Amino acid sequence: MSGMRVVPEESQKFVISVRQLAKLFADQQGRPVRVLDDITFDVYPGETLVVMGGSGCGKSTLLNCLIGELRPEEGGIFYQTRVMPQPINILDAREEQLNEVRKRFGILFQSGALFNSMTVAENIALPLKEHSYVDPSIIDIVVTLKLQQVHMLPHRDKMPAQLSGGQKKRAGLARATALDPEILFYDEPSAGLDPVTSAAIDELIIDLSKKLSVTSVVVTHEMDSAFRIADRMVMLDRGRVLRIGPRGEFERIRDTAPERLADEDERLIHQFLNGKTEGPLTDAAGMSEYEKWIVTG
Amino acid sequence: MTQVDNTLNDIRRQGNATIVALSGEVDLHRTPAVHKTLVQACEQHPERLVVNLKDVSYMDSSGLGTLVEVFRRVNGYHGTLALCHLSTRVRSVFEITKLDRFFNIYATEEEALSA
Repeated sequence: MSGMRVVPEESQKFVISVRQLAKLFADQQGRPVRVLDDITFDVYPGETLVVMGGSGCGKSTLLNCLIGELRPEEGGIFYQTRVMPQPINILDAREEQLNEVRKRFGILFQSGALFNSMTVAENIALPLKEHSYVDPSIIDIVVTLKLQQVHMLPHRDKMPAQLSGGQKKRAGLARATALDPEILFYDEPSAGLDPVTSAAIDELIIDLSKKLSVTSVVVTHEMDSAFRIADRMVMLDRGRVLRIGPRGEFERIRDTAPERLADEDERLIHQFLNGKTEGPLTDAAGMSEYEKWIVTG
Repeated sequence: MTQVDNTLNDIRRQGNATIVALSGEVDLHRTPAVHKTLVQACEQHPERLVVNLKDVSYMDSSGLGTLVEVFRRVNGYHGTLALCHLSTRVRSVFEITKLDRFFNIYATEEEALSA
């Protein structure tokens, strides 16, 4: 860990506080490459924060650091929840503290990540059986409630292999919410879904956030979905936070002509949000490399 | 008042009704005790079982599941289960699962007893 100050502001009420986070990987020659660098932001109670950025910008690496799957080389990741009001840095936490933090969050993986040897209902019941002494008849009712929320009740006794991609994702969401987490992480929740299913997942994310104050961190490429669900957005570029702000700020950048935007960062965000092939994003990452290859070989 | 555990405030009879007042956080850790209490209350087959949630600050899905299980028991002997004094947060849990359409929910204990 670096010697820099990595603790969050004491007065701020956050659920997650990421401080000066850096993650390094080795390149093909074994040299360290900073895939995340100086990442700092907070996630507040009940909000939905959407993390965006082009392929390879570090979104998935950031998500894996937040859920404790990857250990960053620098910085801190603090959690502060209803049952753990004192901030805990998961990078310094003891194993039992880390397990307590993990119990407070749910994760919807891209594939749904269901156990193939279990029915949909058994997949959802599993975390309840593992973490409580609740009567099996009540677990069965909770499974039904969770399946109903994602419109999957008719599929409760099916095996994952019998489900479509969208159904797997909805079943995965039912399982992610089985323990009523305070925090939900979503990895590309709309990817590969038809527009109706995608909108239904978005509605559920909004419902969980607004009605039950679930805090959500959503990594997505799907801009329609992002603008439907986000309270705030963060744009990553080459491992750094390019901009973080309320959804309205990103709507302004999206809807303003590039020549009227304030700087290169805003023009880059504008290009990304509008899916344009020409602009600073491709100039920096694509064409210059191409031009360099043409000129120098 | 009979202090039984930290989620149970009070159990009392009033006419043909039994009133159970819960408190605190009805979550995975506490629902086994809540379930036991409500099942015991059902065994006497009160015509009306009123669950007062005035002092319940939080309820998770296992708490909801417990109330659904008790709802089935009460229906089984043709009694009525009535809930009252739901906070906004607890009411939201019923709404998001659409259970507010099935339960008899009242603003006050008096209404729950007289409806």
